Amino acid sequence: MIYISLFFSFFQIGLFAIGGGYAAMPLIAQQTVEIHKWLTMSQFTDLVTIAEMTPGPIAINAATFVGTRMAGLTGAVSATFGCILPSCLIVSFLSFIYRKYKNASGFASVLSCLRPTVVALILSAGIAILKTAVFKGKADVINACLFVCAFIVLRKFKTNPILVMSLCGAAGLVANLIARMA
Amino acid sequence: MLRISSQNKKILRQLFISTFYISAFTFGGGFVIITFMKSTFVDKLHWIDEKEMLDITALAQSAPGAIAVNAAILVGWKAAGFFGMIIAVLGTILPPMIILSVISIFYSAFASNMYVALVLKGMQAGVAAVIFNVVCGLGKNVLNSKSVLSDTIMVLAFIATYFLKVNVIYIILAAIATGIIKSVFSRKGASEKN
Repeated sequence: MIYISLFFSFFQIGLFAIGGGYAAMPLIAQQTVEIHKWLTMSQFTDLVTIAEMTPGPIAINAATFVGTRMAGLTGAVSATFGCILPSCLIVSFLSFIYRKYKNASGFASVLSCLRPTVVALILSAGIAILKTAVFKGKADVINACLFVCAFIVLRKFKTNPILVMSLCGAAGLVANLIARMA
Repeated sequence: MLRISSQNKKILRQLFISTFYISAFTFGGGFVIITFMKSTFVDKLHWIDEKEMLDITALAQSAPGAIAVNAAILVGWKAAGFFGMIIAVLGTILPPMIILSVISIFYSAFASNMYVALVLKGMQAGVAAVIFNVVCGLGKNVLNSKSVLSDTIMVLAFIATYFLKVNVIYIILAAIATGIIKSVFSRKGASEKN
């Protein structure tokens, strides 16, 4: 049953995505691209692009996108419900514990080990996306230039990421049209 | 206990409108939404004090799941108990659900259009840059902490996920286990010193 596998896939994503946003990305890629083959890597990269352009957490965006494509509205609801259920249970429990004890020792130590792990996972997902964007089939010179320029602008000037992405999209369109005419 | 009084109804309505509005207009992830939540629930509505908002942020960040949803759960419980939690979560997830459903329906037509495909392709390069920028920022924090353990974990986790293709869930569980062992050892060390 597609609804049940959507629910359990996104339940796992919701359960193990610690650190929000980008941390969920490798998990989503694994569940939707590698295990279930609901999306191709290229569609996944489009999904990340769309998720970046629209409001809301990437995991919720992914759940709705994959759910709708695989099984319509019911699919979207089962995937999204699966995605938020672990949060609802765990955070409600934490809220209760917090009110009772207000300080959690040992927790900091676990966090200090999770942080570097999350960085490594994000880097790995970033490389996969860069490969799709720049080396798909043959090397894409325009996209390689766009990546380098965008990276420099982001690092140096701390420009709004949404603006940088939109400019990349526009520049990509113009450059490719010019390249085709030449 | 599960009856909703008219006073509660008013709070629930306010809670739904606030979370819906915040979620609909917040681009760019967890931390941005937390800033908006603070200005609404702490500064405007005075439902939560500043210190508690900081604790909510820490909890939302360290628990699994989306930061925005986690923060909504905590704010919801605080504002109006169980129903508050449900309403705050609904308010937070409905805007992205509505927007993404519409986009997914038109995605095939959208992605097969040549101009749209070229724009998306250029944006992929931008997304890769955004992700690498985030990694640089986060990675610098880890390296600056000057902890050999953190550096080792970062390198090992990268090798495990990128080259060995180990399931991400096992990598996270291994990191949690390392953290627990570390805290046991440091506690032992502290008690031996005393």
